[in-house]
Amino acid sequence: MSATEPRSEIIEADILVIGGGTGGPMAAIKAKEADPKLRVILMEKANVKRSGAISMGMDGLNNAVVPGYATPEQYVKEITVANDGIVNQRAVMAYAQGSFPMIQYLDRLGVKFEKDGSGEYNMRKVHHMGTYVLPMPEGHNVKKVLYRQLRRLQVGVTNRYMATRLLKGSDGRIAGAVGVNTRTSEFLVVKAKAVILACGAAGRLGLPASGYLFGTYENAANSGDGYAMAYHAAAELANLECYQINPLIKDYNGPSCAYVTGPFGGYTANNKGQRFIECDYWSGQMMLEFWRELQSGNGPVFLKMDHLREETIAEIETILHTNERPSRGRFHERRGTNYRRRPVEMHISEIGFCAGHSASGVFVDEHARTTVPGLYAVGDMASVPHNYMLGAFVNGGIAGADAAAYCAATSLADYDDGDLRAEQDRVLAPTRRADGLTPHEMEFKTRRLVNDYLEPPKVTAKMEIGQRRFAEIREDLDHLCARDPHELLRALEMQTILDCADMAAAASLYRTESRWGFYHQRVDHPETDDANWNCHTVLFKDAQGRMAHAKRAVDPFIVPVAEAEMGAYHQLRIRAAAA
Amino acid sequence: MPIITQAKSAAVVIDDDKCIAEKGCRVCVDVCPLDILAIDETRQKAYMKYDECWYCMPCEVDCPTNAVKVNIPYLLR
Repeated sequence: MSATEPRSEIIEADILVIGGGTGGPMAAIKAKEADPKLRVILMEKANVKRSGAISMGMDGLNNAVVPGYATPEQYVKEITVANDGIVNQRAVMAYAQGSFPMIQYLDRLGVKFEKDGSGEYNMRKVHHMGTYVLPMPEGHNVKKVLYRQLRRLQVGVTNRYMATRLLKGSDGRIAGAVGVNTRTSEFLVVKAKAVILACGAAGRLGLPASGYLFGTYENAANSGDGYAMAYHAAAELANLECYQINPLIKDYNGPSCAYVTGPFGGYTANNKGQRFIECDYWSGQMMLEFWRELQSGNGPVFLKMDHLREETIAEIETILHTNERPSRGRFHERRGTNYRRRPVEMHISEIGFCAGHSASGVFVDEHARTTVPGLYAVGDMASVPHNYMLGAFVNGGIAGADAAAYCAATSLADYDDGDLRAEQDRVLAPTRRADGLTPHEMEFKTRRLVNDYLEPPKVTAKMEIGQRRFAEIREDLDHLCARDPHELLRALEMQTILDCADMAAAASLYRTESRWGFYHQRVDHPETDDANWNCHTVLFKDAQGRMAHAKRAVDPFIVPVAEAEMGAYHQLRIRAAAA
Repeated sequence: MPIITQAKSAAVVIDDDKCIAEKGCRVCVDVCPLDILAIDETRQKAYMKYDECWYCMPCEVDCPTNAVKVNIPYLLR
């Protein structure tokens, strides 16, 4: 590529949605349904047909609030307890109230959920307290259903554009975003009254134990772009120290998956075939017991199904090997792992950010609004905890409708041309070097250091060394070299990953207590300190461009939780099973 | 520093006899979330260009002629 003037196209829209996976399409759909005249652009780094966490569909809803099985109040209480009290209950309630209407909406669009003989949803219990799991044995067509609706409503889709930075007006309102084509390196600047970030988890943060950079739990395209863009736009990010860490199939690094197998009688067991946790629902407390079992000499930990009947195992195989991560079956086959005879070896994943499974996300209120006027965040990257796929749909819908109303009363903000030029220079810098360091090796080193220094148990001295190593890598960015548009995509992602690594270290050092089980277990501050830290932490870029922190009070609960109930997730270990 | 290239094994395998890229088909290239597939200009066949596979399988499932096979990358097989 030449160092000539960057090729740019500038377009105007009412709403720009960044990320075409799960929450993004639903945000665009609900914005157009609210006001069909709005110009809605959906910018996607891959192809909306097959992008994001549900590229190959989903095997079930993990948090369905279905009348007759649970009330929104019960769900809010469950998530409050599972997340150690650090929740914005209004946002969780907004999700819970939208949960069933969204299931009905998806059902009408053609998404298939499991029903019993009388046509009722076939709900299953996986959580510690309530019943929230709805299987989707035929859930492989979710993306097709979404895509059809996007076309029907005439949402403008731009595939293969990676958004790199948000643009703001002089009054601090959102003004749009800069995107770069991943195949041509041409710029697309979208001016918009509202921007909805739906970029998924920061799933390429830690390095998988296999050493394969793309062998991640999350879709490897989800490199944390939304977190980095929100940070550079000075939005607040909440509770980033509440990492995502998942119990996964060892090496394959995908779900094994206890949510599917649990209701059929499968369970997590140690090397003696014994249960050691009461509940397979993913929480920090569950992960802590998982980690302790590995440390104790009772590991590895397995997903055990060999005690089940043939019909049951066949049904489990059909679900797990056709949905979400269908290559699971291929992986097991090569290793001779047959659910009938041999349990599935599991391990603890590398770290990431993902509010969809834990609580690390861009801070949003019950309308999915961030702290930047006109900027929204939804899905795995937004701070509503334990929100999963259905939460992405519901909060996407909330953001789309709210942004549509916001647009009616606002005008386009003007960004500074200097900001755009500076961003184009930053983006293209790696293309203007003939040699240097490759995106691949700089990403590998960053992520290997994330493992070495940031994984729990978190040690202050180690995290501080990690920060120094990340600063050295930041200096090396002057040598980052991209020889074609694809390498430039990886070079930009690598910079996003480095931003997230810095945020993970800083956020973890700020909260001087332990909370959320394994997710934020600090060796130097081993106790939970409710007197000082029963609050959100927020991380943001201050006026001097430095990484800053603040405490943010937890709003008074709208669903009270009795003191005795708050500890429900702290007693997950089965006492009798102790070796 | 000068940049060198190193050989890697390709997890995604395309059957050239079945691949119809020469007829203009780009399905597997279009759907790959990591954008790792490309068309070989001289042979006019799809191939795995970058060792960055998430073994997610849209390329295999969406291929109209069943020409694509996704294997688990060797490092985690």
